[in-house]
Amino acid sequence: MTQRISIDPITRLEGHGKIEIFLDDAGEVANAYFQVPELRGFEVFCLGRPAEEMPRLTNRICGVCPEAHHMAASKALDDLYHVDPPSAAKKLRELFYSAFYVTDHTTHFYALGGPDFVVGPDAPKGQRNILGVVGAVGTEAGLKVINTRKQNHQVIKIIGGRPIHPVCGLPGGMSKAINEEEREFIEEVARWNVEFGLWSLEVFDQIVLQNSDYVDLIVSDGYTQQTYYMGLVDENNHTNFYDGKVRVVDPDGVEFCKYAPQEYADHVAEHVEPYSYLKYPYLKDVGWKGFVDGKDSGMYACTPLSRLNASDGMATPKAQEAYEKMYATLGGKPVHHTLATHWARLVELLYASERMLELATDPEITSPEVRAIPTETPTVGVGIVEAPRGTLTHHYETDENGILTRVNLIVGTTNNNAPITLSIKKAAKAVIHGGVVDNGILNMVEMAFRSYDPCLSCATHSLPGQMPLEVTVRDADGNVVDRRGQFCTP
Amino acid sequence: MAENGKPKLALYWGSSCGGCEIAVLAIHEKILDVAAAFDIVFWPCVMDFKYSDVEAYEDGEIDVCLYNGAIRNDENLHIAQLLRRKSKVMVAFGSCAMEGCMPGLANFKDREQMLQFIYKDSPSTDNPEGVLPQLHVEMPEGDLELPEFWNTVHALDQVVPVEYYLPGCPPEAHWIEIAVGAILSGELPPPGSVIGMSVTVCDECPRTRSEKKITRFYRPQEIIPDPDICLLDQGLFCAGIATRAGCGALCPSVNMGCRGCYGPNEGVVDGGAKLIGALASVLDAKTPEEIDAILDTLPDPAGYFYRFSLAHSLLTRTRLEMEGKAPVASPYAEVPRLDPSLKN
Repeated sequence: MTQRISIDPITRLEGHGKIEIFLDDAGEVANAYFQVPELRGFEVFCLGRPAEEMPRLTNRICGVCPEAHHMAASKALDDLYHVDPPSAAKKLRELFYSAFYVTDHTTHFYALGGPDFVVGPDAPKGQRNILGVVGAVGTEAGLKVINTRKQNHQVIKIIGGRPIHPVCGLPGGMSKAINEEEREFIEEVARWNVEFGLWSLEVFDQIVLQNSDYVDLIVSDGYTQQTYYMGLVDENNHTNFYDGKVRVVDPDGVEFCKYAPQEYADHVAEHVEPYSYLKYPYLKDVGWKGFVDGKDSGMYACTPLSRLNASDGMATPKAQEAYEKMYATLGGKPVHHTLATHWARLVELLYASERMLELATDPEITSPEVRAIPTETPTVGVGIVEAPRGTLTHHYETDENGILTRVNLIVGTTNNNAPITLSIKKAAKAVIHGGVVDNGILNMVEMAFRSYDPCLSCATHSLPGQMPLEVTVRDADGNVVDRRGQFCTP
Repeated sequence: MAENGKPKLALYWGSSCGGCEIAVLAIHEKILDVAAAFDIVFWPCVMDFKYSDVEAYEDGEIDVCLYNGAIRNDENLHIAQLLRRKSKVMVAFGSCAMEGCMPGLANFKDREQMLQFIYKDSPSTDNPEGVLPQLHVEMPEGDLELPEFWNTVHALDQVVPVEYYLPGCPPEAHWIEIAVGAILSGELPPPGSVIGMSVTVCDECPRTRSEKKITRFYRPQEIIPDPDICLLDQGLFCAGIATRAGCGALCPSVNMGCRGCYGPNEGVVDGGAKLIGALASVLDAKTPEEIDAILDTLPDPAGYFYRFSLAHSLLTRTRLEMEGKAPVASPYAEVPRLDPSLKN
């Protein structure tokens, strides 16, 4: 009897994600499909609008990472208008972006990804959530997490104007400088963040690394795939979130290409499948070979782990130490174990905190010189930042008045569409046998895509709980033979 | 009411960006009070309930449903109808549910334009066979389905009746607290009310406005505005004059004009029309030619005037060229409007 397992996560950012797993007669996984059933069409309805509105329009692609779209758009506008923002403006943008990274990675680790490890993949589903995490690590720790989010959102509001959907980015700079009083507060938050980042790595060490079952799970075949890895790097090939070149390494960790934002279309192309509204980017020079890994497949991943794999290290001392420890523990670069992404995310959290402190104590950061007025005629502009969920590319073309004539966007999670699909298939094949499906098994499938922190489930980044799944097992005639929930109750 | 005497609360998102969910979280530690005060019976991103649980509730069993996100595909419509049936009170939470928000600008385009560009013409797309997403696809192992993507973005009350509205993109935390408090105390305003203020953003804005007449608009990147003077007085487009207050004039506070995310002020049917009228009063022009000359300095007026409200405006969308079927005539037809033409 052929079985079909529908996993329908009822959350989404650009759509409600859905997984269809097909079992063969023996109850083994024949295939798995990851579908994104929604489209909103920003590339088309932004046409005819003034380009300078893009930082405020494209915010609405994602209410969880509006800061990433806001910054990618602002940088695309600099390029479009051929204007170089003052140094203080660039630093202010990166400061703002660092605070955002801290909140975003914090919420994913503690509310979404962390519960699988902190509480346990087989823990009762009612405990596998942020409250379970608080129960395991203590109330004081829970308040630390809430406070980190709260303070960094305040920083985002001070610089960006609003805590959600900021408005500060313009071609040529930022709409407002910060004063000394604001800077002092931001410095205080940054110092807190560094301590919080170090503490989070300790929590990971104690709870995950000192548990050999978890380490075995991380390095197991079901969660391992060898793809190309992408990430933004500075001139020293160190990870950078705000600026630099996009570097891609092959599955052996050897640099495959390094490109400036304007060259993105020479390196990345997008494949279309008829069963999903979300396209599948791949490396043009390798080609689309379907949902397979290895050096001959153009599939690439773009996650915290991918970024670390694609870099030669971190630009700040404490994060560099954490980076070295991670690779030493996991057997050197590159690491192909997707669950190690959670560890890499905490290394990045520490880097963002240290970088934020560097910028908050930079003498230039309170400079009132944060705007350059564009004087050139706008033509074409591409802006790239590293969003928490992947390299984010905004490409605009305008007429001579700066009215948009063409817009192309390759959004963070989209990069990972193909590897997520493969990860789900691999995990499903590893854990589903003989047609047996239960809550623990479903959570193991869920963990495969959760490590990517997919934007499709953006609310679950931040709320206590996990991506809710409903699984319906049907026989070949479509009759429901079993129904399982995979949910949590705070 | 649940057996424990707590009101039953549901939260859901349709076509949205997730910002409203983050806004709920932005009440920080108070979210724990909300969890304690209500019996939350459906919150897909948080709680252990699913569509089948909602289907199993009695009609009207849920006391309040906070619905964010717009309606633009079959799935959004299905869940909105389901939750409406099960809920005594339906709240359009945030700009998308209330008036379509920025993604409602898609109503200036149509579905075919989007599919053509995104899956065929975009500079990074490699699709020589012209594959497009399909509602039904036969794969070797079985069939896969996708919900239908509509031509038109709709606000929530264009598909189901709605009792209350909470404006904002997203609603500010203190207004979420006020709304939750009103629900708990039972001191709700008359159905149809917007939970918010009835003055404009200008009334909250700390900038000094002298109602100066302007001779041209400047684009935001063209000038560095004086930090204390009204942005509109300086020639920068600001929708604050016709936008409901409640945000605390956040955007003007960082030298950026309001774009109208809190929606039209109390009693205004068409926010864009109201904004046009309000702006006309500041133009230093006496003849149609002078007015045209000033408006020529404001590119994309439709995109500015209807930035958040197009889907719910009297315009609703640009005209669709259709064979034998009439486009949706008015957003104010009787709800629920379940006829097939809705999808267009």
